[in-house]
Amino acid sequence: MSTVNMAIFIPFIAAMLIPLVYKKLPRLHIGWIVLVIPTFLFIRLACYIPTIARGETYLYTAQWIPSFDIYFSTYLDGLSMIFGLLITGVGALVILYSIYYLSTKESLQHFYIYLMLFMGAMLGVVFSDNIMVLYVFWELTSISSFLLIAFWYHRKGSRYGARKSLLITVGGGFAMLVGFIMIYTMTGTFHVREIIAVIGEHKESHLFLPAMLLLLFGAFTKSAQFPFHIWLPNAMEAPTPVSAYLHSATMVKAGIYLVARFTPVFGGEAVWFWLISGVGLFTLFWGSFCAIRQTDLKALLAYSTVSQLGMIMCLFGIGSASLHMDANIEAVLYTQATFAALFHLINHSTFKGALFMVVGIVDYRVGTRDIRKLGGLMAFMPISFTVAVIGSFSMAGLPPFNGFLSKEMFFTAVLHVRKLDIFAMDTFGILFPVIAWIASCFTFIYCMIIVWQTFFGPYRREKLERKSREASPGMLIAPVTLALFVVGIFFFPNVLGDYILKPAMASVFPSFQSDNYLRQPISPWHGFNTELMMTIGILIIGTLLYMSRRYWKGIYNLVPDSWTLDNLYNNTLTQMEAGSSFITSFYMTGYLRHYLLYMYVFFILAVGGVLVYTGAFDFHMANDAPINSYEWMIAGVVFTSAIAILFAKSRLTSIILNGVIGYAIAVFFVLFRAPDLALTQIVVETVTTALFLLCFYFLPPWRKENAEPRSKRVNLVISIAVGLVFILVALSVKSGKLFDTIAVYFENADELAGGNNIVNTILADFRAFDTMLEVIVLLIAGIGVFSLIRLKAGKGAEKIED
Amino acid sequence: MINLMLITALTLFGVAILIALVRIILGPSLPDRVIALDMIGVNLLSGIAIISVLYQTKAFLEAILILGILAFISTIAFSKYLERGVIIERKRKR
Repeated sequence: MSTVNMAIFIPFIAAMLIPLVYKKLPRLHIGWIVLVIPTFLFIRLACYIPTIARGETYLYTAQWIPSFDIYFSTYLDGLSMIFGLLITGVGALVILYSIYYLSTKESLQHFYIYLMLFMGAMLGVVFSDNIMVLYVFWELTSISSFLLIAFWYHRKGSRYGARKSLLITVGGGFAMLVGFIMIYTMTGTFHVREIIAVIGEHKESHLFLPAMLLLLFGAFTKSAQFPFHIWLPNAMEAPTPVSAYLHSATMVKAGIYLVARFTPVFGGEAVWFWLISGVGLFTLFWGSFCAIRQTDLKALLAYSTVSQLGMIMCLFGIGSASLHMDANIEAVLYTQATFAALFHLINHSTFKGALFMVVGIVDYRVGTRDIRKLGGLMAFMPISFTVAVIGSFSMAGLPPFNGFLSKEMFFTAVLHVRKLDIFAMDTFGILFPVIAWIASCFTFIYCMIIVWQTFFGPYRREKLERKSREASPGMLIAPVTLALFVVGIFFFPNVLGDYILKPAMASVFPSFQSDNYLRQPISPWHGFNTELMMTIGILIIGTLLYMSRRYWKGIYNLVPDSWTLDNLYNNTLTQMEAGSSFITSFYMTGYLRHYLLYMYVFFILAVGGVLVYTGAFDFHMANDAPINSYEWMIAGVVFTSAIAILFAKSRLTSIILNGVIGYAIAVFFVLFRAPDLALTQIVVETVTTALFLLCFYFLPPWRKENAEPRSKRVNLVISIAVGLVFILVALSVKSGKLFDTIAVYFENADELAGGNNIVNTILADFRAFDTMLEVIVLLIAGIGVFSLIRLKAGKGAEKIED
Repeated sequence: MINLMLITALTLFGVAILIALVRIILGPSLPDRVIALDMIGVNLLSGIAIISVLYQTKAFLEAILILGILAFISTIAFSKYLERGVIIERKRKR
């Protein structure tokens, strides 16, 4: 078992062991033991950095279901390395933070089990080379995220948020599974390496586009892209460490990982480019626009996450354009977009994690995270304030923080994409920089809201639940570490670029071999160019807008609340429930006669329809035996009684008529030379009649309906149709003899079984197995009747007939 | 000759059954119907007897006997039901 495979399984094993350890060490905060795992994994992964940076990759394969081409194969390259480091690194910090954040009164074992499950699943997603295995882990992240969001399951909001996120992400996951199966149908392999190698031959396949769309559907739902972003703000009901870990750094980036991983497969296509960059750009705008109106800090951060994810997505879309051109100098401009995407991916994880933790600290210390109640906390929480400033300014794209670099690179990309002369970009290209710039203004505004509304302004003691003071040092370790990364990456971006981003670029663009395409050095200062002007513009316009925001906040009320996507989601669910319950109650009436109606109609349509359709109704009467006069009479008796039953005015009359039919059938058995059948038929008929009489005694008096059976026309038509179908089938079967009878064999009954009565030898000798089971049927019926009567004895012992 | 007679007899029994059937369907009261059923049973019994002569077989003699017994039993059951509403009464003392 290789190290990467173990890296996936260690968290799962840990999740199994946590309850045991928790029971053994009740005093210790279990998080300290859990903390060892991501730390260990982080260090193990970090050991691979030098070799990965040299361009090596690691592929390990273990068998899982080889007959279905499903191998548990893990692949470690630059791209999965980034994610692996993020998952384990941020994971370690989040666990450290959660040790101080969650008290031992919470059900900690569950928390850490879910968290370990999630970590293992997430590592599985990024390391899997087999897309079926990837899908398994993908769903595991959805499920563990569901469990984590509903960690405080006694809250209504938690349950709502968990259900919503599960519905949306699993819906996308299913779509992705279908897309994967389509890819398999096209290429004949589940392995991403091999898919990339052979996909070029299948670009014309009619499954290519559907597979791409379904895969993107999965990626967009997971990464909270418009219009599937609605689950993310509701997922903020989770404990803050969970929000910091899942909903900023890892899970929501699974969709981005998928897009990056499949860029070599689908990249270079116009649909891919437009969907990803278009949806990403709009998500960037919409998320930042919606974030401003939020009053809850976590909801604000959730929308900012949506917005930033949109930005990363948009950059990946722009980067995919370079695959359309062959490796010429133009392509470099667009591969830079992917480089920026990967860079911002890391940056976002650092500053968003830090911001979530700060919000958690504020919530923990003050008791609320409503920005209308907060204010003036700077004096009480200097360290949290510093981290918040670093995180927010980085998110806003200000120097000297890493967000500045990625924002500049983002502007470079959208400015370049304007000049792209493929995919009809000459018409719409100008939209990219404009929308990106407006969205960045909004980003600036909400970043300022986080800092100013929380830490500046008047301190309102009366609105806060607790007296404010700085968090414990242990709680601050994780956010401070992340803040150090935020600043550190700004000053040394090229370390990151060389060791982490360049190999990742190689895995996104396997066809571009030269270093020039994959990496350009990042310089914090790149002269007075358009990008810098845009940033300065954001600074000025953003400040003005922030100052004057109470005057233009009215635009949020232009669209009524009932028009939001959340309402659409809620209404859709309600409507679907109402619709399905309407349909179900429409046909599940509870009346047996309706169900019989469906069954008979189905029988007529299925049997009759199929036989008419295939032309199987074909019969001729030439070979039939002649009918005697007394046979006609008996048939007439049966016919008359059967019709008369329908018009009988009392139950007793219909029973008597039923008896007539039974006896007449016995005579038919006699006429057709079946003495044993005749005997049995007579006995059974008599017993049945007696049983009917018994039942009548138990029918309640008020229900003795002496009215004739309902003569509904529908019933008449259907019964006639059923009868007709039966008769026609019987006639057709009789006319179309295919094989000789096997009854000749049984004529030797005397020799073979030592009996002269063929019927009895067949029943008891040739086919005694059937007889045995029939006996058992009778036995079961008898026991059933007995127990039914006994059960009834408890209520009304007076009415038993024994 | 004997064959023709037997078939004629069979046909006549059939007519008798049809007439009894008319009584069952029209019969104003329930006892009328029960008696008509009993009559059908007896007629069938005779019909089966003639059929077995026609077919020259002894195989249906059991059927005749059983039908005789059961036609009687079913008539008794009906009569009991008409009189008491129950066929099998419980013991007075348990």
